[in-house]
Amino acid sequence: MGRYVVRRLLQMIPVFIGATLLIFLMVNVMGDPIAGLCGERRCDPATAARLEREFGLDKPVWQQYLTYMGNVFTGDFGTAFNGQEVTELMSTAFPVTIRLTLIAILFEIVIGVTLGVVTGLRRGRPVDTGVLLLTLVVISVPTFVTGLLLQLLLGVKWGWIRPSVSSEAPFDELILPGLVLASVSLAYVTRLTRTSIAENRRSDYVRTAIAKGLPRHRVVVRHLLRNSLIPVVTFIGADIGFLMGGAIVTERIFNIHGVGYQLYQGILRQNTQTVVGFVTVLVLVFLVANLVVDLLYAVLDPRIRYA
Amino acid sequence: MRGATHVKWAACAMAVALAATACGGDGDGGGSDAGAVLSASWGDPQNPLEPSNTNEVQGGKVLDMIFRGLKRYDPETGEAKDMLAERIETSDSQNFTVTVKDGWTFSNGEKVTAQSFVDAWNYGASLRNNQRNAYFFAYIEGYDQVHPEEGEQTADTLSGLKVTGDLTFTVKLTQKFSTFPDTLGYNAFAPLPRAFFDDHDAWVKKPVGNGPYLVDSYTRGSQMSLRRWDDYPGPDKAQNGGVDLKVYTDNNTAYTDLMAGNLDLVDDVPAAQLKNVKNDLGDRYLNTPAGIIQTLAFPFYDDAWNKPGSEKVRKGLSMAIDRGQITDTIFQKTRTPATDWTSPVLGEDGGYRAGLCGEACEYKPDEARKLIEEGGGLPGGRVTITFNADTGSHREWVNAVCNSINNALDDERACTANPVGTFADFRNEITDRKMTGPFRAGWQMDYPLIQNFLQPLYYTDASSNDGKWSNREFDDLVDRANQEADTAKAVGLFQQAEEVVRDNMAAIPLWYQNGSAGWSERLSDVKLNPFSVPVYEQIKVS
Repeated sequence: MGRYVVRRLLQMIPVFIGATLLIFLMVNVMGDPIAGLCGERRCDPATAARLEREFGLDKPVWQQYLTYMGNVFTGDFGTAFNGQEVTELMSTAFPVTIRLTLIAILFEIVIGVTLGVVTGLRRGRPVDTGVLLLTLVVISVPTFVTGLLLQLLLGVKWGWIRPSVSSEAPFDELILPGLVLASVSLAYVTRLTRTSIAENRRSDYVRTAIAKGLPRHRVVVRHLLRNSLIPVVTFIGADIGFLMGGAIVTERIFNIHGVGYQLYQGILRQNTQTVVGFVTVLVLVFLVANLVVDLLYAVLDPRIRYA
Repeated sequence: MRGATHVKWAACAMAVALAATACGGDGDGGGSDAGAVLSASWGDPQNPLEPSNTNEVQGGKVLDMIFRGLKRYDPETGEAKDMLAERIETSDSQNFTVTVKDGWTFSNGEKVTAQSFVDAWNYGASLRNNQRNAYFFAYIEGYDQVHPEEGEQTADTLSGLKVTGDLTFTVKLTQKFSTFPDTLGYNAFAPLPRAFFDDHDAWVKKPVGNGPYLVDSYTRGSQMSLRRWDDYPGPDKAQNGGVDLKVYTDNNTAYTDLMAGNLDLVDDVPAAQLKNVKNDLGDRYLNTPAGIIQTLAFPFYDDAWNKPGSEKVRKGLSMAIDRGQITDTIFQKTRTPATDWTSPVLGEDGGYRAGLCGEACEYKPDEARKLIEEGGGLPGGRVTITFNADTGSHREWVNAVCNSINNALDDERACTANPVGTFADFRNEITDRKMTGPFRAGWQMDYPLIQNFLQPLYYTDASSNDGKWSNREFDDLVDRANQEADTAKAVGLFQQAEEVVRDNMAAIPLWYQNGSAGWSERLSDVKLNPFSVPVYEQIKVS
């Protein structure tokens, strides 16, 4: 187990370097960001040159990348154009997005898996058909439509919630955005669990468990569900990274100042430091989440062993 | 009978009493509560929040609340009026003596002196400080040493600035510039306290100024709380207890928040909501001219657009654009078809002249076609309009302009839109002279002077002369106007210069942009200044 983890950690290094290099190059291809700082006029050449030097943009790309990575390893993610340290931006943005992601994942697990189990056990019944139809609707409607619609109904028409999230972004204000963010994945989780449960329900070990006279809930939870969760866990694991980085739409609708907002602004202002910094952290989150998922396999299915 | 009169009398007394209580209630509630705080929409400032480093409207909003300069532009007329300036004297339009009013302090108690101004201006001009607005000091003598085009600076302070007393200093310019005092209302010329220089990082985290508001707390990227400064010595004291500026990523969300009663003031009503705004807000909506004009500039470095006869092509294109229809349908009359190259906020005396453009800005498809043919046709038979697609609703109007041109020329392929992904990239292509056809050019005035609408945009090699248009006659007229001490005469000369722009159609004027604002029932007396920024200190909250 230990050796496996070490091996996986070592494998992360090339993936990490490759991913950051790609992002770095992509942001660089967008062109010189200094020109956007001076409004509708040409930056005066002397100031522009000084700014370029300050942000290290006067050096060749490979050198910029090396300096940047060197700094990253000492914990210095550079400075955004508005003079704020990127680490400072991260320290305000990530807690918010992590809260949002937690809520979303919680919705996925609680509602998604429950619905999946219920429909999987009652295949072909009206409940099953109803939920299937519902998930189809959720998947086919884009997130921004669901988001704006719920915001208008709950926030403006009925006044149940605040349409936007305050800058502190406490958990209770993030419930609706979390649900919106989770909606599509939730539908997928439901469908995945349903198929998996339905398939495994006919397998030998379930029949054995029932024959042993185990109570029904124990059969379902300990034997059936546990074995059916592997594809679901894979999906949710990958989803953590996706939710954190892909919350741009939801964060915009509900005015949440999280990672999505910073990334969006960073891209618009072509702020290499912000974009690369945030994406670097997201890449790390992805890698770690994947490792955790792989380790969870062994917990869920004793037949899987890591040497 | 008697009884009846008694009853009547009593009823009257009742009515009076009721009216009085109603009035009283009004005074507490409906009138204004001087301590109440309002919340307003905001955007994250792009650059560090320093006076000489802020060149966009979001940072400008804050500076407008926490700073007062020598002059201040009247929120209604835009006229430059003395604020901290006791007087600004000159005999030759080149050497100015500034006397600062006594009794002004910064909110930390420090006195505002001549030195506060000189230090601030020297800081703003110095190349070392990377200030985006440094060029505002370019007229002051010694700028080329403090801020050379290339290489290291050879001086730290502008030689043209001299403190001559506690409250007086002199300014020497490199050339005659009669309207120089009127430019001093711009934020870049604000005074700065010692705290700014002594502990710069702390100051930027929580700016200290001399305006009617103080910064109470500032969370970068999400919110700034400003509170009324009770000891503010100026005449324009805040009528409310303070303003909470909240950062919104999307102005649609801000509008939704206003609808839900979570926000009091939105100063940028999203284009998509313009149709509903009358229904939603009724008379709590404002749509007034702002000092913004949108034009199409041409690449004069491209020979195809700069040969004899090209001006006819440009004029023809201008006449092929149905401005009225576009401003009505796309912008719901929040923009007005332009008929000159300045802005209505300048007023007649300030140099705005409606109709200066004449028929060249009217929609005349037949003549447009004829003119373009006379001028040798469109270069290569077609034209592309380049714009940045990331902000504003540029895509919509560029498509509409293209359709209008195509219809007028009866050629489906005459005009195409060429979007550029980001503003920075768009600016890069302009700076690198990569434009091959007309491109979007917008201008938001720095100060309400006709000079600001002409010189930076059309003077040879000026900072915003993106098309690199150059015309000796125009330059001469601008030079003469700047030297003219008499304001009316100066304005006349600028208008002559504007006529040169018209005769050459150096840029196609499209429309004047309005500022818009919507507010909640709690607010009254909401106004927008000519820079389309709400006049926060006059807003009353109930």
